[in-house]
Amino acid sequence: MPILVIAEHDNVGLKAATLNTVSAAAKLGADIEVLVAGSNCGAAAEAAAKLTGVAKVKVADAAAYAEQGAENLAALLVDVVKAGGYSHVLAPATTFGKNVLPRVAALLDVAQISDITAVESADTFVRPIYAGNARATVKSADPVKVITVRTTAFDAVGTGGSATVEAIAAGPDLAQSKLVGRELTKSARPELGAAKIIVSGGRGLGSGDNYRAVLEPLADKLGAAMGASRAAVDAGFVPNDYQVGQTGKIVAPQLYVAVGISGAIQHLAGMKDSKVIVAINKDPEAPIFQVADYGLVADLFETVPQLVSAL
Amino acid sequence: MKILVPIKRVVDYNVKIRVKADQSGVELANVKMAMNPFDEIAVEEAVRLKEAGTATEVVAVSAGVTQCQETLRTAMAIGADRGILVESDADLQPLAVAKLLKALVDKEQPTLVILGKQAIDDDSNQTGQMLAALLGWPQATFASKVEVAGDGVRVTREIDGGLETLSLPLPAVVTTDLRLNEPRYATLPNIMKAKKKPLDTVKPADLGVDVTPRLTTLKVVEPAARSAGIKVADVAQLVDKLKNEAKVL
Repeated sequence: MPILVIAEHDNVGLKAATLNTVSAAAKLGADIEVLVAGSNCGAAAEAAAKLTGVAKVKVADAAAYAEQGAENLAALLVDVVKAGGYSHVLAPATTFGKNVLPRVAALLDVAQISDITAVESADTFVRPIYAGNARATVKSADPVKVITVRTTAFDAVGTGGSATVEAIAAGPDLAQSKLVGRELTKSARPELGAAKIIVSGGRGLGSGDNYRAVLEPLADKLGAAMGASRAAVDAGFVPNDYQVGQTGKIVAPQLYVAVGISGAIQHLAGMKDSKVIVAINKDPEAPIFQVADYGLVADLFETVPQLVSAL
Repeated sequence: MKILVPIKRVVDYNVKIRVKADQSGVELANVKMAMNPFDEIAVEEAVRLKEAGTATEVVAVSAGVTQCQETLRTAMAIGADRGILVESDADLQPLAVAKLLKALVDKEQPTLVILGKQAIDDDSNQTGQMLAALLGWPQATFASKVEVAGDGVRVTREIDGGLETLSLPLPAVVTTDLRLNEPRYATLPNIMKAKKKPLDTVKPADLGVDVTPRLTTLKVVEPAARSAGIKVADVAQLVDKLKNEAKVL
């Protein structure tokens, strides 16, 4: 039976998380189909057709899916899953996937396996619990496995495929939730979830002005995305979508530079799978040093500018 | 308007959990338990809506062991008017909880259900969305702002990349994110008052819900430990290590 991956996209292209999700699906060893539901989303569907390992792309193009509202998408997905006889349905464990997929699972009367980090077999998966302080291996008894994927646990698939693209009928517009507006953080920097290098700041920076003045030159120099601890977000230094941690974004870049971050357990949960962790903090007892590959006990206001000029 | 607030009893967020030696799960005996922090935010939001005159009654509900009564008392100390416990010793998974909640919604007929976006024990982030699906109601997850106006509710949601505002017709399900509000501390007089508020207990069978788990946990293990690295003396050594040892620059 084929596997269905729900594409996260913005109609003109795929979000990086979709590539990791296809990669997780590839571990299941069956044909992979990708569903692109959107409005004028032909370009996103074309991009999906080029992903390695994708056999078919189904496109539902209708105004009802323009804003990716959960109610309309879930209704469509249930019909597609039932008609297609899929064994697995996967979406990224991003705010998009987390919002929509449990609704699909409930309508199919199956459990959802959230945020998987490994595929053991077709019905057995590994997922973090308790903010990543334990890992559970769970087995599903349901006929359809509905799964969200921790994107940092799976490498992105490449391109070079040429899947067929098939238009499918859209479902009805349930006209329930309506988008009033979006305020997206505009940034020329890489996306936090997909960045190779992340520069992250904590309460030690003291203010939003300091956060920008100290960290932006470093991020510019490294071509890095910028993140923050919950303490820095709660103190109003930066918007919430900068937050790395149990309840923010889970990241695993090649290099994570933690500046003025003490390392609360909830923050560590969001970044401890990074390949290399650097911590700069003046408190030698800060828990962040217990996970850092390279720790520098120093005043960040002196050290970070030095680092910028040394790079 | 009646608001239903589902809450979960979990290991207190300050507790460092331990995995059981036989890998069957996480040690829960003699561990401090508390209300799931996101659910506390949900209770606070509902109580504020009542204090603002928007809501008339706040009903806290929980599903789980007898001791969940304590968690419901905490919700009532914050300001919920009464509590309902669906008592069960079973491993209640999100789909089962959503079905229990649906049965209670059918009975109680609330206009709004507010609950935490995820519980900090299993980190599933499913129950609210599942409940909305089973009810056929609209949903707004990860709320950082909730405004009830007329027969609708306007919710600002925290999404990857920023914020999104939705307008939903009522009835609806809203799940809370961290920045929605800061829950108050229950005062002693309110804790005493909460003890006298009504608390009903029902069983899953009374609600006609089959709570058989769909997922079996085969094992629970500690994550691969990350060992502390080294302390470098200065920026020059740090740059050298990153370039020549870690090779990430």
